[in-house]
Amino acid sequence: MDGDLGLAGGGQDSRGDRPRSGQARARSGGGRDGGPTVPRAVPRSYYGQPILNKPTWTWEIPVYFFVGGMAGASAPLALVASLQGNRGLARAASAAALGGAAISPVLLISDLGRPERFLNMLRVFKPTSPMSVGSWILASFGPAVALGAGRELLGILPRLGRAGQVAGAALGPGLSTYTAALLANTAVPAWHEARRELPFVFAGSSLASASGAALLLTAPVDAAIPRRMGVAGAVLALGATATMEHRLGELGAPYHEGGAAAGVGRAAKTLMATGGLILAARARRGRRRPVLGALALLGGSGLERWAIFKAGVASAADPAATVGPQRAHRNAEERAVARERRSAASAQPAAAAQPAGPAQPAGSSQPAGPVQPARPD
Amino acid sequence: MSGFELEIDLYDSADQQPRMGFFTDTSLCIGCKACEIACKEWNDVPEADLVHRGMSMDNTGTLGADTWRHVAFIEERQPVELGDDGAGGLRWLMSSDVCKHCTHAACLEVCPTGSLFRTEFGTVVVQEDICNGCGYCVPACPFGVIDKRKEDGRAWKCTLCYDRLKEDQTPACAQACPTHSIQFGELEDLRDRAQKRVGDLVEKGEAGAQLYLADPSDGIGGAGAFFLLLDDPEVYGLPPDPKDTTAELPGIWKTTALAAGTLLASVLGAAFAGRSR
Repeated sequence: MDGDLGLAGGGQDSRGDRPRSGQARARSGGGRDGGPTVPRAVPRSYYGQPILNKPTWTWEIPVYFFVGGMAGASAPLALVASLQGNRGLARAASAAALGGAAISPVLLISDLGRPERFLNMLRVFKPTSPMSVGSWILASFGPAVALGAGRELLGILPRLGRAGQVAGAALGPGLSTYTAALLANTAVPAWHEARRELPFVFAGSSLASASGAALLLTAPVDAAIPRRMGVAGAVLALGATATMEHRLGELGAPYHEGGAAAGVGRAAKTLMATGGLILAARARRGRRRPVLGALALLGGSGLERWAIFKAGVASAADPAATVGPQRAHRNAEERAVARERRSAASAQPAAAAQPAGPAQPAGSSQPAGPVQPARPD
Repeated sequence: MSGFELEIDLYDSADQQPRMGFFTDTSLCIGCKACEIACKEWNDVPEADLVHRGMSMDNTGTLGADTWRHVAFIEERQPVELGDDGAGGLRWLMSSDVCKHCTHAACLEVCPTGSLFRTEFGTVVVQEDICNGCGYCVPACPFGVIDKRKEDGRAWKCTLCYDRLKEDQTPACAQACPTHSIQFGELEDLRDRAQKRVGDLVEKGEAGAQLYLADPSDGIGGAGAFFLLLDDPEVYGLPPDPKDTTAELPGIWKTTALAAGTLLASVLGAAFAGRSR
């Protein structure tokens, strides 16, 4: 597994009698002949200690990712069902959205180090903090879906309830996906480098869980929409997860190679695929309630968040995941600078004959190795 | 960059007060740990878990909520002359690590309560009366500096002795350092001094001597607390090419909006397909 970035066994030096710098000082190939150089085999570290501090979030956070995601995707479902006059489905989805919106703040507040200060979350609004943006989304989503649920379940304040439904449907998709932005906006390699796929994983997973909740609460005759939605969600979640793991390369190891996260991740994928297939088989007409399919989607969605959370914790603990790509990037930059200098020097005598000057592209701002994807911006 | 800019709390050079910082010259460090002790005493930092690293004298291990200065000890066998297999020489590196007080500080940018803020000295400080212990700053820091104190619930880190700075005093660690390995002053002056020092060392044959985080064009916009190292940063437990994660946030928000749109479209699609049948 000694890949280009040499993440193999990084930081597993539990004995740690000596920094690995001693033995493993394999200098990067040198590139004397101008050929491609191989980054050093094993990234060095300080007694194999992690570079990053371990995320301090506890079980409430991945559970919230699931519950909040389910609530967020249930809100637009409640609106379209209500607009189509599907009372049964509108009630079920409204209840799911309200239930999720009620449980979410409890989970989040209980994870705080100082729960009594939860209102400080609404002290400022900071677009640079997905957690701040998310707090505001959740704080507005709750009252909105409560009004919507009042309309559908109790028949009170129909006009205000409709406005609440519309607001909930607008905020819900953000509630389901901002949590992916929150994870991506950290220094944890397995989260940060997954930033282009993670929001789609969360979107698919949220669709699947909202579908599962609605299927459990709705009579089969009213449940055509969530059946289709569940299939779409499973396809999106599985596709985005596969893309994410592929693009992460070795940094994605915690997602699929050994460890707690990998096992949970496999179970999540199996459940998600099973649920999707069951619903697809019955997409046309279902006489019976697809309880198994619904439970599989809910389970798959929940376990998926759990796996992603655990993978990030493992990634933060691995110094090689942090150092490897950064070292590769720095070596590439240093090589580019050296090349530029060399070619500038060799171009000097021939300058009169060749006015073209140094031909080597600098390219120093782009990372080398396969794990550092090109910047989206 | 991309379509929209995120407003970020940066040091404003128009301020009358110059930006202050640390230059930690590890070539002068003798590993006495006076900085660790002075910091603990002045800032009333509780006891941290004891660890022991190898044969070394490092018993704090790493920076955290209860360790704001950490002296790293790197011991390794190294060849002293050509043909030596390494058994002959022992290299001993010492370095006092601290919060970097980044120009682009991810901890501050992700803090949802505004508890982390930029002082008039350009330093990054937690307001403990506001912090609610959400923990977002912890995985955001590319250096593993800030952490949550378990029994207390809030996030803690080096304040660059904000209270002392306000009284025109030198931070406790710099004041206690007997070898001037930790130098405190105006950042501009410190950078000039460091450039000269690293040049001298390389000239004298310290091939590995390098400045770390002194360059304002690096991934964190340069640090308020930067270092002169005698080997690559990772040897000291420092990331070799750290980046402020929020530099990618405009792109992350775009992707998230696209994903949210996909979610909404999927619900509408599922409903529309039902209608047409």
